[in-house]
Amino acid sequence: MKIMTHDKLEELTKKEYKYGFHTDIESDSFGKGLTEDTIRLISEKKKEPEFLLEWRLRAFEHWKTLSEPTWQYVKFKPVDYQDIVYYSAPKSQKDGPKSLDEVDPELRKMFDKLGISLHEQQRLSGVAVDAVVDSVSVATTFKEKLADVGVIFCSFSEAVKHHPELIKKYLGTVVPYTDNFFAALNSAVFSDGSFVYIPKGVRCPMELSTYFRINAAETGQFERTLIVAEEGSYVSYLEGCTAPMRDENQLHAAVVELVALDRAEIKYSTVQNWYPGDENGKGGIYNFVTKRGKCKGFASKISWTQVETGSAITWKYPSVILQGDNSVGEFYSVALTNNCQQADTGTKMIHLGKNTRSTILSKGISAGRGQNAYRGLVKIQKNATGARNYTQCDSLLLGDKCGAHTFPYIEAKNKTAKVEHEATTSKISDAQIFYCKQRGISEEDAVSMIVNGFCKDVFQKLPMEFAVEAQALLGVSLEGAVG
Amino acid sequence: MEKAAMEKALLEIRNLRATVDGKEILKGLNLTVMPGEVHAIMGPNGSGKSTLAHILSGREGYEITGGEILYCGKNLQDLKAEERAREGIFLAFQYPVEIPGVNNMYFLRTAVNAIRAHRGEPELDAMDFLSFAKAKMEKLGMNKNLTSRSVNEGFSGGEKKRNEVFQMSVLEPKLAILDETDSGLDIDALKTVAEGVNALRAPDRSFLVITHYQRLLDYIVPDKVHVLAGGQIVKSGDKSLALELEERGYVWVGNEKVETGEGRAQG
Repeated sequence: MKIMTHDKLEELTKKEYKYGFHTDIESDSFGKGLTEDTIRLISEKKKEPEFLLEWRLRAFEHWKTLSEPTWQYVKFKPVDYQDIVYYSAPKSQKDGPKSLDEVDPELRKMFDKLGISLHEQQRLSGVAVDAVVDSVSVATTFKEKLADVGVIFCSFSEAVKHHPELIKKYLGTVVPYTDNFFAALNSAVFSDGSFVYIPKGVRCPMELSTYFRINAAETGQFERTLIVAEEGSYVSYLEGCTAPMRDENQLHAAVVELVALDRAEIKYSTVQNWYPGDENGKGGIYNFVTKRGKCKGFASKISWTQVETGSAITWKYPSVILQGDNSVGEFYSVALTNNCQQADTGTKMIHLGKNTRSTILSKGISAGRGQNAYRGLVKIQKNATGARNYTQCDSLLLGDKCGAHTFPYIEAKNKTAKVEHEATTSKISDAQIFYCKQRGISEEDAVSMIVNGFCKDVFQKLPMEFAVEAQALLGVSLEGAVG
Repeated sequence: MEKAAMEKALLEIRNLRATVDGKEILKGLNLTVMPGEVHAIMGPNGSGKSTLAHILSGREGYEITGGEILYCGKNLQDLKAEERAREGIFLAFQYPVEIPGVNNMYFLRTAVNAIRAHRGEPELDAMDFLSFAKAKMEKLGMNKNLTSRSVNEGFSGGEKKRNEVFQMSVLEPKLAILDETDSGLDIDALKTVAEGVNALRAPDRSFLVITHYQRLLDYIVPDKVHVLAGGQIVKSGDKSLALELEERGYVWVGNEKVETGEGRAQG
């Protein structure tokens, strides 16, 4: 089958990034560079308890012994870690807004522009939002309503202040600072993030959501999210992100930790749309993120769904440690790379408990000169009797300058394990495009329809509002790429 | 007679020449289709039947090296494939294409709305479309589960062809081209497909039925039958021509062509 001509592809994939604006907000920043003093300063700014400062410093000491990993299938100029601003906060938010009315109007305008309302009218859509700009959380909506059922949803800093015992108990238990280079860096310098605690038996009454925005220049964003779901509880959490268009690369090194106790379920969905850089690969976000969940309890369940369309480089493996017997881990992913974007993404499913089950469904789309790699590890440990995994990994190529790569690793140490892996690579064929056109559908709509069809199984896993956003995003990210 | 035809013809192909990868497939083809007429195009394999269907519907990869195609008096070559579709040209594919993950009804509604937008009509919403389409499905005796499946994915040969006829009935074209719609069908499926087509016959709708065998024409009775061989229409007649062909085989017209070829080239 022939595929579409270069011109057509180019025309279709050239689409502008619509979140590339920058908002003029006075910010309170440190100078560039990273030393022990930087970390002490961050901790002091945030009036943190001693245990946290010590933890940060241990992480920093450890980080200094590490070097950047090189095994991933991406190419980039080395990051100069002394040339980054490690703390930047919108100035007017110094002491944090007491209520939404106190949120800086400029900030509000920025979020309005992003289509995110921080007002409580958000009630209508039933989503509570925590908004994080650069290094700090600027607003969390619906706090009171959630508090009624005992759900804690606040910025990480607030959690440190008001619930230090929970932070102390769970911080670093899923992703220890020794885990990897970027996790160690994050542990040392993280400035804010979101915290969620769902008490025993509570089904969180609304979707929780964090919206991340990098605004300041030359700033790294290092946020940390921790979600704890107690016995028999349920929560669905959404995460979205954008950044202004800048010529230099910006580093985003976040850590997300999830803990699910007996029969608890956590559903974590991400629509990642960091600035991908221009069509020649200039600028864009380096998205080096460690996300991991631990199914600690019996029959607990953690489900990751991600739609990755942004970032110059995406490097993340949302994983699940299946520790509790009968626990379930899921990973559903759509990753799109266009122009010069690179993605090395996938998951790790670590089966420790008996009868643990995991499902991996990965859809990679490459256009332009984009490179898209799936990397996955399915590990069945000795005691994981009756463990099962099903992996399906599909790649779709648009054009002939892009690439799709698959690196599946399977380690089974228990003879009863059942592990299945299926993979396909396909192209949008001329025949498909012509078929659509012959029915009156434009080429651009045809490509968008075919790509969305390819991703359908993953989109179905997203909460309703997000699914619509994801489809629209995919269309936008492909404009000028295909159809 | 000639003059009247020019005024009213839906489709007028004059001395059409076309190549694929530098090889000439159509070598001066002439054909006039009036509104409401059903024309059958028959011919041996490789005679250019499918090429003709693809050229009329605007598929890329064919180069027109001579002649012209007028559709509703307009030069068809000026229109892109999707514009031709919106102007009422429909091709029932010989090999309908699978589009995984794209719901059959969603696909068809997108097509209907693209055509409606072209005509300046308002879009049909999902509910209106569904009731409109379901009425058509019942008429064609289509399986209801078609509404929940992806476009042609996992369809049997018969289901695919029936789906083409269903799409045709929903899109209500002015010129429907059936490219070997009978191929791969058993007799029951053939009958259903033919009934579907017959139900769509209308004074303002013309059909170009491309087929290798006479069998289909037992059920879709054509007004005219043409024999395409060597890139030209070498013989035209009424439905009895199809029967004669069936009896004598394409070798017969092949010989005929040698005798009459000279004269035709001038026409």
